[in-house]
Amino acid sequence: MLMGDRAKYFGLIFGVTFATLLMTQQVSIFISLMARTASAIYAVDEADIWVMDPRVRYLEEVEPLRDVELGNVRSVAGVEWAVPFYKGLATIRMPDGVTQQVQLIGVDDVTMVGRCPEMVMGDPMALQRPQQAMMDVNGFLFTWPGEPLQVGKQVELNDNRLTISALCEVMPTFFTFPILYVSYNTAMEVTPPTRNKMSFVLVKAADGVSVAELTERITAQTGLQALSQHDFAWRSINYILERTGIPINFGITIILGVLIGLAITAQTFYIFVVENLKQFAALKAIGVTNLQLLRMVLAQAAIVGLSGYGLGVGLTAVFFTVTADAPALKGFQMYWQVVVGTAGVMTLIVVISILFSLRRVFKLDPAMVFRG
Amino acid sequence: MAKQSKVLPVTASTNPVAIQVRKVVKDFAVGNEHLRVLHDITADIRMGELTMLVGPSGCGKTTLISILSGILSSSGGEITIFGESLIAMKDSAKVLFRRENIGFIFQQYNLLPALTAAENAAMPLVAAGMTLEAATEKAREVLRRIGMEGQTEKLPRMLSGGQQQRVAIARALVHNPRLIVCDEPTAALDAKTGRQVMEILREIANDTNRCVLVVTHDNRIYSFADRILAMSDGRIVGDHAAEDYVHDHG
Repeated sequence: MLMGDRAKYFGLIFGVTFATLLMTQQVSIFISLMARTASAIYAVDEADIWVMDPRVRYLEEVEPLRDVELGNVRSVAGVEWAVPFYKGLATIRMPDGVTQQVQLIGVDDVTMVGRCPEMVMGDPMALQRPQQAMMDVNGFLFTWPGEPLQVGKQVELNDNRLTISALCEVMPTFFTFPILYVSYNTAMEVTPPTRNKMSFVLVKAADGVSVAELTERITAQTGLQALSQHDFAWRSINYILERTGIPINFGITIILGVLIGLAITAQTFYIFVVENLKQFAALKAIGVTNLQLLRMVLAQAAIVGLSGYGLGVGLTAVFFTVTADAPALKGFQMYWQVVVGTAGVMTLIVVISILFSLRRVFKLDPAMVFRG
Repeated sequence: MAKQSKVLPVTASTNPVAIQVRKVVKDFAVGNEHLRVLHDITADIRMGELTMLVGPSGCGKTTLISILSGILSSSGGEITIFGESLIAMKDSAKVLFRRENIGFIFQQYNLLPALTAAENAAMPLVAAGMTLEAATEKAREVLRRIGMEGQTEKLPRMLSGGQQQRVAIARALVHNPRLIVCDEPTAALDAKTGRQVMEILREIANDTNRCVLVVTHDNRIYSFADRILAMSDGRIVGDHAAEDYVHDHG
C-alpha cells in the first residue's frame, strides 16, 4: 500500500536515512574524539601504571613532580621498573621564522618507554643522541603541508636546535598539535627552567603482582596518585565528558537527528494512513483484523526502515572512508556498537511512528467505507 | 448477458430466506439526544435473488446495509443471517463471519494501489490465512471468469473504472461468500460499463446459493433486480417485484 505512493515511500526512506546518518556519524565522531583523549595513554603500552600528582584530573592537566618521587616509586615493592615521562606544550620555530605549537613528549633516555611505537622513517634510537627529535606523520604534514615525508628537518625550541631524525605513526590526541618526541634529558634542556618538571612516572608491575594492588601500594607509600592505564584513560575521558561542552554539543546534534527522523517518519506514516483510511476501512469490512493490518504495515515499514538504515550506515561508512587520510579526522572510525545501537533507535522510531499512525486505523469504523 | 431467471412476484417467491430482519431500529447520539435513523425495519432477503435497496439520500440505506453486513450494530430488533443471529455475535465473531460469508463491492472500488489486480482480488483469502501465491492463483481464475484475462497483473491505476470495479467484484467473489453486498456499484461508471457490471452481478445472483444486496440511486439498473425495497426516512415503504417498480417509477 505504502509503496504505491512513491513520493511518500522515498520521503520515508529519506527520513530514516537522514536520522541514521546523523546518529551513526555524529556518535562515531564523538566516540573517536573521546578515544583520542585517551590515545596518548594507550600509546604507552609498556607501562601498567601512571603515577602523578594527586591533583591531576586528566592527561593534559600536568602538575610536575619532584625528581625525588622517581626514586620513591622505584622503592615500592612489586615495581619492576619506573621511568620518568615528560608531557607539555611547547612552541617550535621553523628556519623561516614561522612558529608552531607542539606537544612535547620526553621519554626515558635509556629504555625509550613512551616513545611512538610505529616507525615510518628514520632511526628510532636517534632520540638517545643529543638534540634529536621524532615527529608524528600527521604533525609533519600539518607543519610542512605539501612537502614529502623526510627526516633531517631542523626546528628551534627555546633557542635549542632540534633535528627531526625520525617520523612515526601515532593516533592523534585530543589536541591536534604535532607531537614531538625527545629524550627526557633533552626535554629537560629545551624547556624553561622550573623547580619541578617531571610530569609522570611510568611503572611496570613485577611478574605476579597485580596492578590494582600495586597502585594502592604506590599511593599509600608515596602519597602520589597511581592509576592503571585503563583507569587513567577513563578518568581523562570522563573529565572531558563532565567538564566540557563537547558532549552537550554532540548530544544536541544527535537528539536533533532522532527528532527530525521521528518527525519525518511519523508525519509521513500518518499522512499515508489518513490518505488510505478508506482502503483500511474496506480491508476491515472484508474481515481483515487489526492484528493483520498491523502486520501488513509493519512488513512495509520494515522494508522502508531497512532501506533507509542501510543507506544511512552506508553513507557514514563512505564518509569515514573518504576522510580516512584527512589529518584532522585521522583514526576516526565507525564503531559496530554505534551501528547496532542506531539500529535499535531506528527500529524504535519506526515502531513509534507506526503505532502513532495506526491508532486511527485501529479505531476506524469500517462502516465509513459506505459513506460517500 | 441477459437476465435469465424469471422474477417472481414478491409474495410468490419460494427461495429460502438468507437474511431475516425484524423490527430493527438504529439510534445515533447527537449531543445529549438520540436520533433514530431506522424505524422498525422488517424484511426478508432471499437466496438466489438480487435485491435492491433504493431511496433518496439520507433515507438510511447505507446504515441498513452496514447493519445487515455486521459492520454496524443495531440499537434493537433481530437479524438472522444464514440462520445465525447477528445480534448475539461478538465483534470478533462478526469479523470472522464477514470474512467467510460476505463479499463487498464499494462505490469507489477501494483497491490497494500498490497491489496488482490479482493480489487485490486475493485479499479475502489472504486475510483467511491462505498463502499469497495460492490466493493470487485462485483470484486469477475468478478474474478470468469475469472477463479480466490479460489484466490480472496490472496495478489499479492502469485499469479503467469498469475494470477496477470488476477487480472489486472478483475480490467479493474469490472466497465464495453466500452474501454479496454492493454499495452504489455503478455510481462511478458510465452507463455502458455500469450495465456490464450489473450483468455480472445478475449472473451471480442466479446462483441459488447466493444472495446479492445492492444499494443504489441509479434507476437505469433497476431492471436487473428481482426485488426492490424502497426506503424513505428510515423506513421501508415498499417491497416490490422489480418489474412493477420499474413500471411505476421508471
